[in-house]
Amino acid sequence: MTILLIYIAIFVGAFFAIKAIEKFKTKETDFTSLKTVTFGDESAVISNRAASFISVLAIFMIWGAFTGSKLMPFHVPGPFIGDFSFTYTATNAAGETDDALVKVVVYDSKSDKVLPKPDIEPGPGFAKNDSASIAAWRSGLIKVRRNDVGYGENDYKVVSIDGQSISPSSEIFIDNARIYMTAKGTLSLTPEKGWQMESLYLPPPEDVWSRLIKVASEGYKNFSLFEHLGWSLLRVVGGFLAGAIVGIPLGYSMGLSGWFRGWFDPIVEFMRPVPPLALIPLVIIWFGIDEEGKIILLFLASLWIMTISARAGVSGVTISKIHAAYSLGASKWQIMRHVIIPNSLPEIFTGARVAMGVCWGTVVAAELVAAQKGAGMMIINASKFQMTDLVILGIVLIGVIGYSIDILMRISEKYLVPWKGK
Amino acid sequence: MKGLTIENISMRFDLANGESIQALKDVSLDIKEGQIISVLGPSGCGKTTLLNIIAGFLAPTAGRVNLNGHTVTGPDAERGMVFQQGALFEWMNVRSNVSFGPRMKRMPKSEQDKKVQHLLEVVGLGGFEDKAVYELSGGMQQRVALARCLANDPDVILMDEPLGALDALTREKMQGLVLKLWKETGKTIILITHSVEEAILLGERLLVLAPRPGRIHKEYQLPYAEMGVTMDLREVKKTQGYTETREEILAMIWDMEEEIMGGAGEG
Repeated sequence: MTILLIYIAIFVGAFFAIKAIEKFKTKETDFTSLKTVTFGDESAVISNRAASFISVLAIFMIWGAFTGSKLMPFHVPGPFIGDFSFTYTATNAAGETDDALVKVVVYDSKSDKVLPKPDIEPGPGFAKNDSASIAAWRSGLIKVRRNDVGYGENDYKVVSIDGQSISPSSEIFIDNARIYMTAKGTLSLTPEKGWQMESLYLPPPEDVWSRLIKVASEGYKNFSLFEHLGWSLLRVVGGFLAGAIVGIPLGYSMGLSGWFRGWFDPIVEFMRPVPPLALIPLVIIWFGIDEEGKIILLFLASLWIMTISARAGVSGVTISKIHAAYSLGASKWQIMRHVIIPNSLPEIFTGARVAMGVCWGTVVAAELVAAQKGAGMMIINASKFQMTDLVILGIVLIGVIGYSIDILMRISEKYLVPWKGK
Repeated sequence: MKGLTIENISMRFDLANGESIQALKDVSLDIKEGQIISVLGPSGCGKTTLLNIIAGFLAPTAGRVNLNGHTVTGPDAERGMVFQQGALFEWMNVRSNVSFGPRMKRMPKSEQDKKVQHLLEVVGLGGFEDKAVYELSGGMQQRVALARCLANDPDVILMDEPLGALDALTREKMQGLVLKLWKETGKTIILITHSVEEAILLGERLLVLAPRPGRIHKEYQLPYAEMGVTMDLREVKKTQGYTETREEILAMIWDMEEEIMGGAGEG
């Protein structure tokens, strides 16, 4: 919640800051900037570069600030680390009261060294002094009564801490810690956690980076990082190509022949809305968890998309183009080759982009379920070992690859079907 | 026997709701080689149906079309067609569009190139060979369409409102081009149009079709196409009798449209 508010504050603050800066810049005089109606005119809405830059920066800054990153000059308050002490007051069966001191040392859980309990003299009176050592973000039971004289007698109990009275099943706050008294009267102490995220939940950016270096050089679970990602990609490309090789001719025949359309329409229309992920269990039962099963799953994921886009490409031919080709003397085969196929390419490219996206999502999911290697296998395995940095790294890499695939498809589309949308 | 004869063509088809439509009834027409004929009529009178039957895209329910002594059964390169717009192949440049017909016939490459170059000169697009068709203006695209049709050297050229989507100025220029091509190539041309002026200017013979059922209502023999070959079209419009003919045909078509609408909402 705090993070969301901070994020909104940065969003709004940056907006006004950039607006203020832009006032001093010379006004642009290109056509779009001369438009007075911009609200509702989509063509007049130009993506603000500064906003994109600040947006990315803000995410990294928040990430760094809330994880105590070394890359960040400022952080939100972290967990309490260091020594503090409190006194508790106990009453015994005779109704007498006595105070005793508890020294607590809180150590950084990231450093593997566990600090010993600090030494402390028992002190006078029936309540004896205690000490405890607790890791940051953790809590610990402090059995303060155990060394006290009279512990175990019926009416022996701790009644207050640092002057605040406490009873079983209630909590009080002292400097740097929260103290909860269990139902049986033992104290459970939780040092101040601060606002930062524990590295187990969200590692700082530099940890993810160093994990990348480490995994890139050493690999993970018998396979190098390159192999993990490469195998995922290979499966996607293999499954997609298989789907395209079968789907495109199938789509063409459905667009060109009533028999084919009648025969395959029920199958295609039924299979299309079935999410490929729902097929994983059946594919595993039939083909196992090896490459065969994965390729078949991705084949099924892309098949229907490619079929439908090829069919749409055929039905998208303007009838006058076909008529023109016939009256120019073209044969059926020539019309297929010179009119129908090129005319359907834009549709097929759109389908291919969608299919690649779906395949990439499906392969990761399939690897999450069962795989020896692959991006999905890497992150699910890392999560089982609580290597959150590797999980985040994997997610980032999966995103980068998915985005690159889409960009690649768009670039090739520009070169191969330049007439699209013209 | 040279020329195009249309013998008692009727076209009737059923609709999904059980009714049937008589698109054409008993249309007969004799066209000599080298004539240019314009066909005019209110919407729904079956102009395009007639053209599609001549082109061979539709089979008439009765009657037949004969070209040079044989019956038309389907589309063929002997009957070229120019469409309103969007019939060019966007994935080919201007050259490949124009040479499409010869290429399908496997004409040698050098001959194709010569032909393309010549035809593009004729339609006024010399030097545009390597342009993509979507980079051209609407008028230029129709010039390419004309050249593409001529490249195949058809006996008959069928035009389905080829200038319908052009602006007025471009349209006038293109009308001149059509007349020029007609005279230079000596092709038989059948031109369908919505514009009365265009029909009068371009038609040696002008057919007015009437709707429901589609039939030939009236035929005119007009001198303006012949005049337009040598004269500026704006001058042609000033000649005696032009305005009267235009008004007469306009009134005729206006009445037919009124009839279709049932006169509802008018006057």
